[in-house]
Amino acid sequence: MTLEDKCNKMTDIMAAFIGHTTVRLPDDVISRLNELRAAEDDPAALSIYDMMFENIRLASELGRPSCQDTGLAQFRIDCGSSFPLLAQLEEILTAAVKKATEETPLRPNAVETFDEINTGTNTGTGAPSISWNIVPSWDGCAITTYLAGGGCSLPGHAAVLMPGEGYEGVVRFVLDRIAEYGPNACPPLLVGVGIANSVDTAAQLSKKALFRPVGSHNPNEKASAMESMLEDGINKMGIGPQGLGGKASVLGVNIENAVRHTATLGVGVSLSCWTHRRGKIVFSKDLGFNTDTHAGFTYGQ
Amino acid sequence: MTETINGKTIISTPFTDSDLNALHAGDVIFINGDIVTGRDDVHIRAVRENIDLPADLRGKALMHAGPIVRRSSDGGYEMISIGPTTSMRMEKFEYDFIEKTGVRLIIGKGCMGSRTAEACRKFGAVHCVLPAGNAVVGAACIEEINGLDWQDLGMAEALWSLRVKCLGPLIVSIDTSGRNLFEEKKKEYNARKEEQIEEISKKLETIL
Ligand code: SF4
Repeated sequence: MTLEDKCNKMTDIMAAFIGHTTVRLPDDVISRLNELRAAEDDPAALSIYDMMFENIRLASELGRPSCQDTGLAQFRIDCGSSFPLLAQLEEILTAAVKKATEETPLRPNAVETFDEINTGTNTGTGAPSISWNIVPSWDGCAITTYLAGGGCSLPGHAAVLMPGEGYEGVVRFVLDRIAEYGPNACPPLLVGVGIANSVDTAAQLSKKALFRPVGSHNPNEKASAMESMLEDGINKMGIGPQGLGGKASVLGVNIENAVRHTATLGVGVSLSCWTHRRGKIVFSKDLGFNTDTHAGFTYGQ
Repeated sequence: MTETINGKTIISTPFTDSDLNALHAGDVIFINGDIVTGRDDVHIRAVRENIDLPADLRGKALMHAGPIVRRSSDGGYEMISIGPTTSMRMEKFEYDFIEKTGVRLIIGKGCMGSRTAEACRKFGAVHCVLPAGNAVVGAACIEEINGLDWQDLGMAEALWSLRVKCLGPLIVSIDTSGRNLFEEKKKEYNARKEEQIEEISKKLETIL
């Protein structure tokens, strides 16, 4: 295969995979939604869960995007330093988003700022957004995809607290945001919290937290305990599906952390709606692939 | 007209005063008949630019939605996905919009504010929530696309006139008395938030 053929092949697979993730939610999200429905007893909340599961079924059956807001594509790449298409990846992902926009179809959501023109392709300046991590001595490449809806991107927030405000300040920061904006962001929500040094590092980590599976835990024992405490506490707020009340408010809470300056405590919150369109696909150097989020995805294999 | 079929309350267009006055915040309903989509740009054009709507909204429903529509092979349109968008973005315009167009049932996502609640009370209108993220079920409720106006606003912002069958569940969030379910719920959530902040902070002390 020539380099061009390889690029085309990877573009085709990625376009199909992005399309697939708009149609079918990841397995971990579906199984958590099942648990939340089973625990619910409020009749209005149950009628909402019923509609959600009918939508999940019908979207798969008809091959259509589960939500009309197909979001803006964000990628996290963990690329082996010797993956043969490392230098072409950005080009490949941009082409894949354009192709998926036409073929799935996805709603064109990308508006160039200042010019205020919809590009029509879901790509443009800085879009798709890509965060990179190079993995030394590996020839494969893992790509996590996420389609960020407008309604659930709106509540995102980051600030730098005084260290004296402590972790209690972090709890208040997160819960304030959820009480104010959560009901409109299509709960049950996945909550990503970043704790670090400055607004940018905390905000980035809060998004990275959304890329982690539902039900996974931070390797730090204390952070992991705080994830469970936040999850339990936010559920007890009783926001319910669509914010109209019910037993659960969230799919889960994921915290990602990094060092802070002695004089700062940065905190960021990113939310994802119940239609959490996250996917993970891992390529080998010859472009074989497997996915752990979407067991049913195949492409010419 | 309001009927109860298999335990479901179904209201058909044209909506009457008695259909709407019988609804209370928290009720779950379904609707049949004519709806029109309109979101940010439609509201800006109708209210700020004071341009008359090309479609008559009296007795029909307005849905805050930006659908995905595909051109079909016969030259018509096919609804691929439709679901509600955040209603709060229209709060600034909704009072004037209701007054100007005579629309009495609004479908959207999430809460609306006190000006819309005031318009609901004054003009006998209701706001309902259609659970969002369910755009394929939404599309399956669309029987027919029978109009497209203000196409220059783009696919998502244009005014689509649609015929729907059993669209729902719709949860009444503001009723004709102006009662606002989300405002009440938010107070509950905020009260519980304070309890939980205290609770979590106490637990954190034991591990940090
Ligand atoms: S918040 Fe999510 S589920 Fe709700 S409308 Fe937006 S993309 Fe769809």
